[in-house]
Amino acid sequence: MKARVHVMLKNGVLDPQGEAVRHALGTLGFDGVAGVRQGKVIELDLAAGNSEDTVKDMCEKLLANTVIESYQVELL
Amino acid sequence: MRAAVIVFPGSNCDRDMAVALRAAGADVSMVWHKDATLPDNVDLVAVPGGFSFGDYLRCGAIAAQSPICNALVAHVERGGYALGVCNGFQVLTETGLLPGALMRNANLKFICKTVDLKVETSASAFTEGYNAGDTVGFPIAHHDGNYTADADTLARLDGEDRVAFRYTDNPNGSIASIAGVLSENRRVLGLMPHPERAVEEAHGGTDGQALFRGLLGQFAQA
Repeated sequence: MKARVHVMLKNGVLDPQGEAVRHALGTLGFDGVAGVRQGKVIELDLAAGNSEDTVKDMCEKLLANTVIESYQVELL
Repeated sequence: MRAAVIVFPGSNCDRDMAVALRAAGADVSMVWHKDATLPDNVDLVAVPGGFSFGDYLRCGAIAAQSPICNALVAHVERGGYALGVCNGFQVLTETGLLPGALMRNANLKFICKTVDLKVETSASAFTEGYNAGDTVGFPIAHHDGNYTADADTLARLDGEDRVAFRYTDNPNGSIASIAGVLSENRRVLGLMPHPERAVEEAHGGTDGQALFRGLLGQFAQA
């Protein structure tokens, strides 16, 4: 069983890295980019019997810092 | 005063911290991150700067889950003192002992220079050696020192006089120019600038001495 966790900065938290990527895209001539948000993807290879709730618990305790980040769990 | 300095893989200011504490008169022991207990009768736990666990996942996130951090949390819950500098501040926010979080610097650059800070409160063991309104110069050396917290947390920090230091010229985008914050019981201080790198003339300044001497003074009276 695999799970994929998407961690993103919460809406409203300024993302300086995303902003730098947006700026660089503009420099390359990609004019239509209104905004870029950069996050991370964490793939977990899990033993059978782990539930989505267990993965959410992992997110709360370690994988995301919920002060500034939100997460989404996708079971594969 | 008995102090313990935690050493993680990747800590690089642990010895500087020990030197600064000893110079102020503390009895210092170094503790390894895999230790599950602190030395007996420790008054202060110092969490030093560096790049614990290579800053993997998030700065301080892995360190905050190490066995010694359980002992650190228990120490603080018993009313013990803790000081986190730079990566140590990041660790303290990741453990939840201090509010807020440290994000990538707004200009995306690693910043290494001495900056001026305004002492916002002298009402803590860490800052009683200063007067509120004093300007002090401490070195900073970080890539992720951009302090952030939600509006409610900020209002609480201001209302409870828990902002210890602010940058006079914000180098990293920190909200409200916050450089260091205190816990609710004022016994935990986290700050990005390095007071332990400003305790000898050879450092280029000695503004950090008052922090360590004030802390030691607190225990001399007790």
